[in-house]
Amino acid sequence: MLTSPSFHAPGDAARHELLQSVVDVARAIFGAAASSVCLLDEEADELVFQAVSGEGEAFLVGRRFPAGRGIAGWVATSGEPMVVDDLSRNSSFDRSLAESTEYVPDALMAAPLISESRVLGVLEVLDPSPRRGRASVSWTCWRCSPGRRRRRCGCSPRTRRPPADGAWRANAARTHWSCSAAWSDCCGARAEGPYAGASRGSDGRFRRAGAG
Amino acid sequence: MGTVGTGTAPGRGLTWSLRGRGPDDVPVPADEGPPGGLPARQATGRGVRVCVVDSGVELDHPLVGPVESSWVVVKDPESGAVTVEPTGTGDTCGHGTACAGIIRRTAPDCEIHSVRVLGERFSGTGEVLMAGLRWAVEQRFDVVNLSLSTTRTRFAPELHGLADRAYFGRTVIVASAHNTPVESFPWRFASVISVGSHQEDDELHLYNPEPPVEFFGPGQNVSVPWLGGRTIRTTGNSFATPYVAGLCARVLSGHPRMTAFQLKNALYLSAANVHADPRPSTAAGDTRDDSEN
Repeated sequence: MLTSPSFHAPGDAARHELLQSVVDVARAIFGAAASSVCLLDEEADELVFQAVSGEGEAFLVGRRFPAGRGIAGWVATSGEPMVVDDLSRNSSFDRSLAESTEYVPDALMAAPLISESRVLGVLEVLDPSPRRGRASVSWTCWRCSPGRRRRRCGCSPRTRRPPADGAWRANAARTHWSCSAAWSDCCGARAEGPYAGASRGSDGRFRRAGAG
Repeated sequence: MGTVGTGTAPGRGLTWSLRGRGPDDVPVPADEGPPGGLPARQATGRGVRVCVVDSGVELDHPLVGPVESSWVVVKDPESGAVTVEPTGTGDTCGHGTACAGIIRRTAPDCEIHSVRVLGERFSGTGEVLMAGLRWAVEQRFDVVNLSLSTTRTRFAPELHGLADRAYFGRTVIVASAHNTPVESFPWRFASVISVGSHQEDDELHLYNPEPPVEFFGPGQNVSVPWLGGRTIRTTGNSFATPYVAGLCARVLSGHPRMTAFQLKNALYLSAANVHADPRPSTAAGDTRDDSEN
């Protein structure tokens, strides 16, 4: 699919800009340490870093690694997303690969980039911010302070159980839109970064300020 | 475990009916109940052969224990021939090890076998998955854990046939539903036990009254063995599936004559959300409970 990780043709610059904006936004949304897009070079059986935001941004683009290796490799071969925690404590998840990128994450989310049943590559988000309600930390709301949490959301950090009304739900990505049913009741959360001015609806989607 | 034939041709002449034969000609020994009518002891999966079709299983992982056999599907780049060979390479990424570890902790005494269908070159991924699953069915494993699926529709008819063949051959395929809303196979087929994730902290399974996904298992923030003898926590339908596969191994170790449909019914009856609630009466406004039925 790819023969070179570098960008030479005029269209490549536009593609690079697009991919870079994707990883920049992904990193901002998740408050993450880094985000990257790797595309699959089928001929070489390798994944190639095409765009990086955050850690490794200065030197990772163009770097290659075996496509059957590590979590990104599994995501690319299986076509399934994967969410993993406690990686740095358990250094073996492919530490050699992680260390070659000079950043060993504690947690990562990896999703396949699919087009018409073909896996084109992998989008990764490294170390999404715990402040934003990752269930691995607790059933926290990224906007509600601990003192207000029970009163406003009804969630129970001690037992890590959602309230009975089902308003809280930790989703697969375990991000700050895990509060699925009662955003306005719970915290009236508003997005930051590139989505400043937007808020999330009950379906977890962003809505521009003033829009229904 | 079972000895039922898996062929598609009728055994006696060209008929699918029981012509000329009666009930005495087709005796079926059912599972005996527990001795003395006492509650059965906790089943542990002993005697049940479980095959993990995945990225391989790390050998000597303390949370996986013994792996009875390890195989890999290899595709010859020149001839295109696909073969299944013994391997000592373990796991290429950790995913298969995680699945095997969940099976081990759910059914601690079962036999775990591994066939690796991931981690080689990308070409023919669906074909390699197909070959690994076909091999596992031919080996007549009691339970096959498949925390994978293929989105390539050209494999769907053959996968469907294979799933049906496994079903009648008493090889239970426990297949993971895709984590994203896309069409993939073989979890969509009724002849497999399909599994998605629930979000409860407890280790329990739920029946889904709205298939195609038939059961939900614990698949969120699950502690699993990983490469290097370590553990990580991870999320996905992939990890709910081996929990249900482990349950199947436990049920089969207590009831070795169960067919695939009986096993599915046992999972249904033991699901945490299946209750014998009071039935509504035919008379409007009247309800009664089931205590006398």
